Amino acid sequence: MDKTLKIGKYEFKSRLFVGTGKYPSFQIMKEALEASGTDCVTVAVRRVNLTDKSKESLLDYIDTKRYQILPNTAGCYTVDEAVRTARLAREVGLSDMIKLEVIGDEKTLYPDLSGLIEATKILVKEGFTVLPYTSDDLVTALRLQDAGAACVMPLGAPIGSGLGLTNPMNIRIIVSRMKVPVIVDAGVGTASDVAVAMESGADGVLLNTGIALAQDPVNMARAMKLACASGRLAYLAGRIPRKYFMAEASSPKEGKID
Amino acid sequence: MKITLNGNIREINSGATVKALLDSLNLKPETVAVELNLAIVPKNEYDARRLNDGDKIEIISFVGGG
Repeated sequence: MDKTLKIGKYEFKSRLFVGTGKYPSFQIMKEALEASGTDCVTVAVRRVNLTDKSKESLLDYIDTKRYQILPNTAGCYTVDEAVRTARLAREVGLSDMIKLEVIGDEKTLYPDLSGLIEATKILVKEGFTVLPYTSDDLVTALRLQDAGAACVMPLGAPIGSGLGLTNPMNIRIIVSRMKVPVIVDAGVGTASDVAVAMESGADGVLLNTGIALAQDPVNMARAMKLACASGRLAYLAGRIPRKYFMAEASSPKEGKID
Repeated sequence: MKITLNGNIREINSGATVKALLDSLNLKPETVAVELNLAIVPKNEYDARRLNDGDKIEIISFVGGG
């Protein structure tokens, strides 16, 4: 039996973390979250809509007893902004987890790594369970671990790009060196991308767009769930070493008819 | 009196509390967080905390995101 995933004081049976943005409707989101088997869903922190009060609220569609809420600091470009957003998110009273984003570049949404480390230090000191969204760079991952991050979340590819793991080697290097869990966050396009991440030894995968914008989000969520379980199982089972430039027959050489 | 609520100027009854403001907006305290002049207002102070003319208030909640 696989052990449960521990991130700080939290334990998860599912290794899939699913976002709540961009679905065609809240109802489809709700069904997709169920189909994904996730235990933990990300949300964004924004001003309440005061002009359109008829608008339904996200939290009406999320059973907060069933799902752990993981608020993010998406769209924050400075340490101050990210820390302020994290504090507000915690004050809602549903979670002291924060998916910490300090964005450094508008076009790629790549993280500002020095800002990320600084914000992690501040929030860890304030008792948050910090899950930093980072690049696939080992040294930054180690610094974040030293700063008290509960896990590290290296990107597979730019957010929403659907490119899959563009540099699986870097993910494997990070996995081989971290004591805290490694959650591949961002870039997943389809189920095989999740499988590759899990086979690379990632402790989990966080995704949103790959499910939400699929033609059939509920079935894609189901596929992601199976890929996550499958990739994890393959990782634990231990794959054969890669052999380059030669074959090795599975059938015996002896006893062949003349 | 005038306050700035989520970036927009709004006229409210003078001496209104945070709780009264939330009620008037039909917002449940358990789904929001409130920041008053850049400092968070803890939920257990909503009833007692009075707003002043010129206050800047942010009320946030959770929306879909990844």
